[in-house]
Amino acid sequence: MAEMVKLYIDGKEVEVPKGTTILEAAQKLGIYIPTLCYHPDLRPTGACGICVVEVEGAPTPKRACCTPVTEGMKVTTNSKSLRELRKGIIELLLSDHHVDCPSCPANEKCELQSLANYLGVDMNALPKILERKPLDETSIAIVRDPNKCILCGRCIIVCNELQTVSAITYTNRGFEAHVDTFFSMGLGNSSCVNCGQCTVYCPTGALTEKSEIDMVWDAILDPDKHVVVQEAPALRATLGEEFGMEPGTVTTGKMYAVLKKLGFDVVFDTNFAADLTIMEEANEFVQRVKNGGPLPLITSCSPGWIKFMETFFPDIAKHVSTCKSPQQMFGALAKTYYAKEAGVDPSKIVSVSIMPCTAKKYEARRPEMRDSGYQDVDYVLTTRELVRMIKEAGIDYKNLPEEEADELMGMYTGAGTIFGATGGVMEAAVRTAYWMITGRNMEKVDLKVVRGIEGIKEAEVDIDGLKVKVAVAHGLGNARELLTKVRKQLEETGESEYAFIEIMACPGGCVGGGGQPKGSDFARRARRGEGLYKEDKSLRYRCSHENPAIKRVYEKFLEKPGSEIAHKLLHTYYFKRNIVSGEAIEEVTHKH
Amino acid sequence: MKLQRAHVLVSVDPETVMAGAKEVEERLIKEIESRGLSDEIKVLETGTLGISGKGVVLVVYPEGIYYENVKPDDVPKIVEEHLLKGRPVKELMLPELPVRAVKRETVGLTRKQVRIVLENAGVIDPENIEEYIAVGGYEALEKALTSMKPEEVIEEVKKSGLRGRGGAGFPTGLKWEFTRKAEGDIKYVICNADEGEPGTFKDRLILEGDPHKLLEGMMLCAYAIGARKGYIYIRGEYALSIKRMQKAIDDAYKYGLLGEDILGTGFSFDIEIKKGAGAYVCGEETALIESLEGKRGQPRFKPPYPVTHGLWQKPTVVNNVETLANVPSIIKNGAEWYKKFGTEKSTGTKVYTILGHVKYPGLIEVEMGTPLREIIFSYGGGIKNGKKFKAALVGGAAGVFLPDRLLDVKMDFDNLKEYKAVLGSGAILVMNEDACMVDMLFSIIRFFYHESCGKCTPCRIGTRELLELIKKVRKGEGEESDLDKMIKISESMWKSSFCPLGQSLIMPVKSAIENFREEFVKHLDKEFHCENCRR
Ligand SMILES: Cc1cc2nc3c(=O)[nH]c(=O)nc-3n(C[C@H](O)[C@H](O)[C@H](O)COP(=O)(O)O)c2cc1C
Ligand code: SF4
Ligand code: SF4
Ligand code: SF4
Ligand code: SF4
Ligand code: FES
Ligand code: FES
Repeated sequence: MAEMVKLYIDGKEVEVPKGTTILEAAQKLGIYIPTLCYHPDLRPTGACGICVVEVEGAPTPKRACCTPVTEGMKVTTNSKSLRELRKGIIELLLSDHHVDCPSCPANEKCELQSLANYLGVDMNALPKILERKPLDETSIAIVRDPNKCILCGRCIIVCNELQTVSAITYTNRGFEAHVDTFFSMGLGNSSCVNCGQCTVYCPTGALTEKSEIDMVWDAILDPDKHVVVQEAPALRATLGEEFGMEPGTVTTGKMYAVLKKLGFDVVFDTNFAADLTIMEEANEFVQRVKNGGPLPLITSCSPGWIKFMETFFPDIAKHVSTCKSPQQMFGALAKTYYAKEAGVDPSKIVSVSIMPCTAKKYEARRPEMRDSGYQDVDYVLTTRELVRMIKEAGIDYKNLPEEEADELMGMYTGAGTIFGATGGVMEAAVRTAYWMITGRNMEKVDLKVVRGIEGIKEAEVDIDGLKVKVAVAHGLGNARELLTKVRKQLEETGESEYAFIEIMACPGGCVGGGGQPKGSDFARRARRGEGLYKEDKSLRYRCSHENPAIKRVYEKFLEKPGSEIAHKLLHTYYFKRNIVSGEAIEEVTHKH
Repeated sequence: MKLQRAHVLVSVDPETVMAGAKEVEERLIKEIESRGLSDEIKVLETGTLGISGKGVVLVVYPEGIYYENVKPDDVPKIVEEHLLKGRPVKELMLPELPVRAVKRETVGLTRKQVRIVLENAGVIDPENIEEYIAVGGYEALEKALTSMKPEEVIEEVKKSGLRGRGGAGFPTGLKWEFTRKAEGDIKYVICNADEGEPGTFKDRLILEGDPHKLLEGMMLCAYAIGARKGYIYIRGEYALSIKRMQKAIDDAYKYGLLGEDILGTGFSFDIEIKKGAGAYVCGEETALIESLEGKRGQPRFKPPYPVTHGLWQKPTVVNNVETLANVPSIIKNGAEWYKKFGTEKSTGTKVYTILGHVKYPGLIEVEMGTPLREIIFSYGGGIKNGKKFKAALVGGAAGVFLPDRLLDVKMDFDNLKEYKAVLGSGAILVMNEDACMVDMLFSIIRFFYHESCGKCTPCRIGTRELLELIKKVRKGEGEESDLDKMIKISESMWKSSFCPLGQSLIMPVKSAIENFREEFVKHLDKEFHCENCRR
């Protein structure tokens, strides 16, 4: 039992363990203290000073987010003078800020904006000292607008500590201090892996995805184009909360309905492609087990992780599955299989995907992702962008009647849907690998040990007597830790204790993706994950190989998992990348 | 140690080097050699002698005679007349003998300077460990290692009442005790020799004039708290200080005073020098630690304090140079002896850098509690060129502007507090009637604007807002409300900045505007022509 400390906040007594901050103690009492730079998932930086509170006996106010409580402390969280002080800080921030909320991507989700409202600051009535700086638009996935940065430092902690990519850091001092990449080369010329976690944690519009909304609207409104859309698993567990529903509510039917309403010609589902990925990947795993490796096999569906691997662990590339991500498998099929089946000219197809992910924007534009003869996926929107489109169109999402997806590539199983949560790909693959090896389904398909929000999870799976050790890591810091261990094992003994490893770049998996709503904390990510597992349980088919649409695509087009045409369309290869610039240096695996 | 008849100290610092100190030194050596005096007279380089604006400065011991504006061609005359015939060269001597650090006696003054910290500076050859030993150096270390327990060393320092000379005045013995008692086997001692305050060079005089005293102070601290490793974080520009300190460390190793099993007592200690990163805020102890760890020099949140979570999260003492340089005398002579100097709650002496429009700008060491008026008018010689006193900025850039009516303040930690002032870096900048307070405040704000590390909002943007406002006032475009706005912004910076840098700007801003409001108000008038800021 930790040592307890008793203190008084606004006259109310509270007892908390030693080491608790004033902010946490106040939260326990349900007392609100405004914060700005603080985020519950991250180490506090103490940068903004908004959370100041008065402590009896202290000459100056203290920062609630980082000051530990002491015995008998008497804290006042709200007073005229504190309010003035907080207001003053917001005014300082706004004087150095490009205020254009209505057209800002963070509008209504912006913590600076909501604090300004809370404190009654007139955002436009302030004199400006802002010196406009150019935007960083070098990246395919992420845009940085320094004119909206409040230097809270969250992105730096996220990139350096959570993701261990270290693409960005503080540069210069004083008023000139800002967040920047190595030598100001821009994110597009850096080691940034496009995971987008910085955009989720950024409290303002300073870090966002590079928007493709306009291009998508243009395509929809172009009568000559046939616009096909796919949506990632995580979307259905996230959209609801952006329209006033409980976090974790799964709204698959509303999601299809809204896309139809927005004018997409055909609404399919990435979950179908997730099932396909499982067929290919489970087959790859079985082949590797049968043919003596190389093992472990590591999943490849998270493009942030792929670029990370190419940059920091190119030596283990041969362990990474050759399977494309579901998005790219879908893209390759949309302009081949679907075009053929529906009799549509593939050159007229515009393939749009909606992803919880910013790295998918980058992935779609990798030069090798053109196996259909066209760019396989044309535009990638994040969850945030779709939400903006829905709001722009003025659609009442919450009350929308449910609809179905279009059939050919819209049908999916529970295995496909849990792709969106950490552990899900592993669980889905085990279900099908078991079937491929034994010819029958597992008695209990739930693999609960690999679920949940813990950073690195391990389990031993028994496939009819064959014992397989598996591991799951989410968040690149955890991935780095796990892979460093694996690399060491491989170097020392030539093999690893693990046979199968799942890695997702984003903490929580895609439900915590870099394209998800701003401010998503670990707790909320976990609830979305639970939503997906709930949907899995409710579905008629829970194993990818049972999906009738999957059976059909193999029958009609792909022959069988691992076939030549499957390899051509559904598999890929990797590069080694420069650690500083992220440029591809050479191929480290090859397409067969 | 060879006995020499006379020492000639050549002050070598950036200023005197520009004025030709190296040429003068070469010439001295040549002239002395050519007269066969090399065995009798020794030429030494010393750091600054605490005199500025006087070209190349020499001092000849044992007489303690100063020469100013010495040119190489003056050298034969000095050697011939003074060193050979014993007749000082009047026309090159400083006109009035100033009272300053390196001068051992005082002339015609009511109060004597008391030398504890600077007792050897400018007297012994700082590059010769034997000279330090000859004047009683390392006796305190020997005493502590052979006859005192670490706790007893701490107790003695506590009893002495020594408080930190780096600005805040925290009781040194207590800091050591916290660190000793903190959990963990690995502990560190860091000497803060960053001295980033413009115009201040008191620590440098110790580093260059008596490096072994500092080392001894650090060794005593290490012994007391149980540290095996120490760092001296020296401002990067202090090339000579770094060189001297390195020589002193190397010699100490040779003499078995550093390294394993010091003096056969089982106590082991290593010291390493680290060059400062060049930012003012790196003098703040937690930013200094970050910088030592190879990170960007930005302050850390306190608590936890360095005494429990310092360098590499281990318990660490960070002490100023001057603080540590007090310790050997305390241990050698005892706390009771030390307490005879200074006031009840601020014991001992304090080294000040007197700058600006005084007759004798330079360094002095006087007892704590000496009135500011005395420091300026006796030791500093008053205002030069018959001008009138206007204001003194006490405590460095983050200090307060005091007008004449407040000059009787006794300079110690607690008295100054009543004037909402601090000893700070020990810098006293004296301004005569020609100084423009608006201009002065402008340069202070600009300094802070440049030195803010940029980490926290109140300081990063607050300094910029203040800069805009003071510029406006300076141009005659301000309004009276701008003055109040400046006070308001600096007040909110005091309340909500992350570290003491941003918190302390209130002192100069408020004291300047409140004590010299009339002058600020005059500047608001577009028609007003200030002779002093050339507006
Ligand atoms: C902005 C800033 C600059 C500082 N610079 C110095 C410095 O140059 N030298 C120094 O000894 N202390 C400096 N300090 C004080 C240190 O943080 C610390 O209090 C001191 O080194 C402790 O030593 P002491 O207890 O011996 O005084 C500075 C503090 C601040 C806030
Ligand atoms: S970042 Fe926030 S405050 Fe700034 S323009 Fe965007 S919504 Fe408005
Ligand atoms: S997208 Fe990911 S890798 Fe790129 S800067 Fe942001 S956190 Fe770092
Ligand atoms: S870019 Fe966003 S997260 Fe990063 S420091 Fe600026 S405001 Fe904070
Ligand atoms: S007050 Fe803030 S910005 Fe200023 S130096 Fe300290 S931490 Fe840096
Ligand atoms: S929220 Fe505590 S300092 Fe920013
Ligand atoms: S890889 Fe980015 S959200 Fe899954």
